[in-house]
Amino acid sequence: MATQLATHIVTFQLNGRPHAVTVAPLTTLRTALREDLHLHATKAGCGQGGCGSCTVLLDNELVLSCLVPVTLVDGRSVTTLEGIGGPGRLHPLQEAFHDHFAAQCGYCTAGMIMAAKWLLDRNPNPTRAEIQMALAGNLCRCTGYVPIIEAIEDAARRMSKGVKR
Amino acid sequence: MKQLGIVGQSVKRSDGIGHVTGQTEYVDDVFYPGMLWLKMVRSPVSRGRIRRVDTSRAERLPGVTAVVTAKDVPNNWYTILCLIGIEPNDEPVLADEEVMYEGEPICAVVAETEDIAREAASLVKLEIDEQEPVLDVEYALTADAPAIKKWGNNTFMYDGMNHRRLRFGDVDRGFEEADHIVEGTYQMTPIEHVPMETHVCVVKPEPNGRLTIHSNTQALYFTMDNTAIILKVPSNRLRLVGGTVGGGFGGKVDVITEPVTSIAAMKTGRPVKWRWTREEEFRRSSVRGACKMEYRDGVMKDGRIVARKVRSIHDAGAYHRHSPYGVQKNMANLPGPYSIPNVWVDCYCVYTNRQPSSAMRGFAVTEATFAVEVQMDKIASVIGMDPWEIRMVNAYRNGHMRPVRKVVEDATLLETLKAAAQLVGHELPARVRDMHSDDYAGVAEPVQP
Repeated sequence: MATQLATHIVTFQLNGRPHAVTVAPLTTLRTALREDLHLHATKAGCGQGGCGSCTVLLDNELVLSCLVPVTLVDGRSVTTLEGIGGPGRLHPLQEAFHDHFAAQCGYCTAGMIMAAKWLLDRNPNPTRAEIQMALAGNLCRCTGYVPIIEAIEDAARRMSKGVKR
Repeated sequence: MKQLGIVGQSVKRSDGIGHVTGQTEYVDDVFYPGMLWLKMVRSPVSRGRIRRVDTSRAERLPGVTAVVTAKDVPNNWYTILCLIGIEPNDEPVLADEEVMYEGEPICAVVAETEDIAREAASLVKLEIDEQEPVLDVEYALTADAPAIKKWGNNTFMYDGMNHRRLRFGDVDRGFEEADHIVEGTYQMTPIEHVPMETHVCVVKPEPNGRLTIHSNTQALYFTMDNTAIILKVPSNRLRLVGGTVGGGFGGKVDVITEPVTSIAAMKTGRPVKWRWTREEEFRRSSVRGACKMEYRDGVMKDGRIVARKVRSIHDAGAYHRHSPYGVQKNMANLPGPYSIPNVWVDCYCVYTNRQPSSAMRGFAVTEATFAVEVQMDKIASVIGMDPWEIRMVNAYRNGHMRPVRKVVEDATLLETLKAAAQLVGHELPARVRDMHSDDYAGVAEPVQP
């Protein structure tokens, strides 16, 4: 029989605003974001924590949203790519990714930018090795790692020059 | 003269802002109200005869709306390259009598949620009489191996022959006059494309009788034509929406999700989404086929290759997909970009009970280039010559006839090698330093048109 599991109401801050979802207990944060709240920037690449395309920030820490049951984010704060900027109000990382052709097929991009944001929030002037380390959990199968790293270096420069974050 | 504005400029991608803001719509981002979910029941064995497919328990599961089997597919037997004359149709959309590889689709279940569809798929009971699979290409070519294809052997038939041939000049004479014989065997394993986005298809039945098909295929019109053939409907019944692919690399040119998803949508009258798991993408989607290439070259002391004989074996897996065409491209490129007066190539497109292989970046040309260039290095090492020199001595010139009977035009190999040598700071031997593509000193004269 298809199991009709009890549902939970989960409330959390999403990109600075309060949100609530009604979900089955094992629903992942990624599924809640994509299929209940219809924020589609966060991608589903593997569903097993192997690719990084679903990377978001949970209380400003990097998490793989496919591995986080959404019930665990109750009362907490989640930031997705939609929360850091959009068309017409790009975050410096988004500008730099666009300028450096750092998105080819685009499927890993949300996860890459969120991992980069986590890094620059903590380390505004990272070395190349530190950038590479921060991206270690994010795969790009178009293998465009070099423009991605260069975009993050450039974004760090732009942000240190006082470009509004 | 009119000033050109684009050439030499770096132009921003038209989809760039969408990509960096997450606003680009991929197929998995398409949701319709009332959308159903599809999951595939796949063969657990590499080869066997299907005795029974019992879907009764799956159909009784609350939330299950349809089951799709081979009987529901109007033209179940297909081959995607029928559009360029490849025949016969050798692959079922859904297996009916036999299964030919582990993971072959047998029946689809459609349900209100993806979880219910997954559970229902696990309730389908398969009774399959397992048969000894053919898993090795060399074994598949022997008389001992069971014939797994309906036409009675294990190879694609090229003009009535079990391999594709290329014959140019007289290789036996070439080997006789050669100072050295250099042999080498080169193999490539299967390679999976692993796009970040797995295969996804969403089909919505429209009130006007058409189907709107959202697909991440790399080949939209190709998909439309094949889907129309399989569904036995005119192509104007199908509205294909595509263009955004989250990584393909050749892995999304098989028409592998659209027909079944369309049938599910027609059967239920509701939108249906089928998205593959990462495991399905890895283990069930086509791969770059394994390839083995055996070279035998006759070489003169001065570096000229006077004879080249190659046997190439390509593992197509269980079905054609794009392999018969890929093997043909492999054949054309095995001599390399070199003027060799005597060439003999035999290329086999071999069927095994493995995951089918199909297109991937370069598509059997990559395999040929890998083999031929490692072989060139080996020749250089055997006869003690600079590896650049051996390539330049043999490089084809404008007007040279290639073994496939195409006359070379716009040759740039020598110019490219010279530029590359300069970039890496390699000093070319004096003998080849000034060679160019219209220089015939020491090589064959151009063919007169």
